[in-house]
Amino acid sequence: MDLDFISEHFPRLLKATKLTIELTCLSLFFGIFVGVFFAILRTSKNKILFFISYYYSYIFRGTPLLVQIFIIYFGLGQVEWIRESFLWIVLKEPYSCAILAFTLNTGAYSSEIFRSAFETINKGILEAAKGLGLNKTHTFFKIKLPIAIKQSLPAYGNEMILMLKGTSLASTVTLLDLTGVAKHIISTTFRPVEVFIVAGSIYLLMTFIIHNFIKFLEKRLYYPK
Amino acid sequence: MGLLAFGDTGWGDELFFATLMTIAVAAAAIFIGFFLAAIFASFKLSKIRILNLIGSFYTTVFRGVPELLVIYLFFFGGSGAIMYVAKIFGYDGYIEINAFITGAISIGLISGAYSTEVFRGAIQSINKGQFEASEVLGFKKKIYYYKIIIPQMLRLALPNISNVWQITLKDTSLISVTGLVEIMRMSYIAAGSTRDPLFFYSFAAVLYLFLTFLSMKLFNKLELHYNKGY
Repeated sequence: MDLDFISEHFPRLLKATKLTIELTCLSLFFGIFVGVFFAILRTSKNKILFFISYYYSYIFRGTPLLVQIFIIYFGLGQVEWIRESFLWIVLKEPYSCAILAFTLNTGAYSSEIFRSAFETINKGILEAAKGLGLNKTHTFFKIKLPIAIKQSLPAYGNEMILMLKGTSLASTVTLLDLTGVAKHIISTTFRPVEVFIVAGSIYLLMTFIIHNFIKFLEKRLYYPK
Repeated sequence: MGLLAFGDTGWGDELFFATLMTIAVAAAAIFIGFFLAAIFASFKLSKIRILNLIGSFYTTVFRGVPELLVIYLFFFGGSGAIMYVAKIFGYDGYIEINAFITGAISIGLISGAYSTEVFRGAIQSINKGQFEASEVLGFKKKIYYYKIIIPQMLRLALPNISNVWQITLKDTSLISVTGLVEIMRMSYIAAGSTRDPLFFYSFAAVLYLFLTFLSMKLFNKLELHYNKGY
């Protein structure tokens, strides 16, 4: 362990952490909407909507994230009409490509989490809502959603940590996130162990924060049955 | 479809062997993982505090740090570490470990961290009476673990082992950064030389879907088999 070496490169790693946090937060934020949207489609009685949602989550959960990023970043740019359309604004930048891929990926996993949360809501509660004369929107926002959020918290916390680790793949499309910078330092200085310890500790600190944040929320939202 | 032809004109045979390579790395990794999990799960379940700590440290680190970072550690650090050891024994030459071993070890370590939790959970969910009965019947610990606890544990762990296998299979795509020619690397090469990345990466996605689909079917069959008596 060489402390001088570590203190020399620590600021760069810390700066790269900002990008990692940014990528994680943005993808999770958009991913929640995608997840809820497809979870609702999954519960719909329309067969086509059901199949769209089913295969969306099947494909994105059955393939590696790396393939998804490569298809979006390297693959879609090849298609003529995409390059001429407004989509090209999003797809020409590695930054937005990475966010798009992460969003779709976490959306698929969270749609499964939210779906199972919606499915476990007690039927009696919904009947009570109907009996009280609440309309569909009210039932959804005031009753279904709060219960589903509480129900899905532990699993969603895991998904947040998986997404945090997933953002490391942004380094494969030229972005300099924490892993990207770590790799750069390793390949120029050939000191893999020190860099791994520093970058790894930063990642572990972030997972620790997410873990405790979820625990805190679970406690806040706890109510005796 | 000409791009997928077998032989010199297409990429069919190359991608086929690349798929076999993916399966081989994933299989090697999951077995390394099982081996590590058997050790670390027993650490986590032991009554000795320091062993508990070692077990928790292992699972926390390898489940909390991105896979790519672990791969870089072994890719850049692996041969250095081996050369360092070799130097102690008086060998001064350059040693390079091959990409397959690097990949299998790094993914194996990660997969092992997940398997550790799976094994630990499965052993803990076995009825306490089974342990007590084995002890009362005078079995030695080693024997009753092999003959009574582990067979039951495997049945309980099977659904989660299936999950770990899927994660491991998908993680192998990351080894492509070290140059090991598995599905991702082959698609990258093919995409580069034909300038058709959309087709080859989509085909890679199809190959992975096929592999995950196949393994799901296989594990479902295994589960049916092992749950016959229940």
